[in-house]
Amino acid sequence: MKYALILGVTLAAYWLTLSGYFHKPLILFFGVMSVLFTLGLSARMKILDKETVPYVYIPKTLSYFVWLFNEVVKANVAVAKAVLSPELKISPSMIKVPTHQDTDIGKTMFANSITLTPGTVSVDMEEDGVLVHALLAEMANPDDFTEMGERSGWAVGEAIDISEPKTNG
Amino acid sequence: MAEAKHDAASHAAAPLPWTEIFEWAQALLSGGLILTGAFFVIAGAIGILRMPDFYTRIHAAGMTDTMGAEFILLGLIIQSGFTQTSLKLLLIAFFLFITSPTATHAIAHAAHLSGLKPKLGPYQAPDLDDIGKGDGS
Repeated sequence: MKYALILGVTLAAYWLTLSGYFHKPLILFFGVMSVLFTLGLSARMKILDKETVPYVYIPKTLSYFVWLFNEVVKANVAVAKAVLSPELKISPSMIKVPTHQDTDIGKTMFANSITLTPGTVSVDMEEDGVLVHALLAEMANPDDFTEMGERSGWAVGEAIDISEPKTNG
Repeated sequence: MAEAKHDAASHAAAPLPWTEIFEWAQALLSGGLILTGAFFVIAGAIGILRMPDFYTRIHAAGMTDTMGAEFILLGLIIQSGFTQTSLKLLLIAFFLFITSPTATHAIAHAAHLSGLKPKLGPYQAPDLDDIGKGDGS
C-alpha cells in the first residue's frame, strides 16, 4: 500500500511535469486515469516492491550521481587529451574487476558506472567480476575501481561504509 | 571621515541593474556550458575516426554521450530558467545518465559474444611520413 501510494504520487508528478496541464479538467481526468491504470498493472504484475519503488535510496543515489558526475568529468578530460594528442598514445587492455556487491541492482549500478565513465567499458558480467575494456594504461588497475564499487553499492542501499577515506586516488 | 562614509552610503544607494546582471550571468554560464559540451562532441567525433579498432572507438563515442550531451543539456537548463522546459530537460539528462551506458554495454557485449577480439597493448598513431611509403603497415 505504501509503495502504491508513493508510486502514484511519483507518476502524477511525472505526468504533470511532462504535460503541464493544471487547469483542464478533462485532460487532468485522463492523467489521473492513466496513473491509476499503471498502478493497477503494477499491482497485477506484483512488482510493487522495494526494487520498483526505491524511494529509500533516492537521496543516496542522487548524492552518488553527483560524485559519479565528477569522476566522469575527470575521465572525459583524460580521454579527450589522449584523443586530441598527435601521437594518440593509448594502451587498450582487458581487465577483470571483482564485484563485491550482494544484490543484482548493486552490480548493475557498478557495471553501468564503469561504462558511463569514458575510457572504461564493461564488456561482460561473470560470476565474480566484470570484464572491463580499458582504453588508457592508467585506467587499467583493478584496485582503482574499489571506491566506485563501494559507493555504487552504497547508493542502492547496501550496508557499506564509505566514510573511510581511501588511500589511493 | 564622515564625508567618506557619506559618499559610500550614497554610492550604495544607487540601484544596480540586477536584472541585467543576472541575464548576462545566465547567458555567459549557459553559453560556456554549451561550448564545453560542443567541444567534447567534436572530440568524440575525432576520436571515433582516429581510434584503431571497434572497442577503442566505443570509448570515444562515450565522450559524446556523457560530457557532450550532459553539458549541452545543463547549458540549456540554465538558458530556460525556472520553467517547465528545464524540468523536462533535467529529466532527459537523468534518463541519458542511465540509458547511454546501457546502450554502450549492449554494443560492447554483442561484439564480445560474437567473438571480436580487441587489439591490446600499447598503440601509437602512425607517423604521417610513414603513411603511403608502402611498408605494409
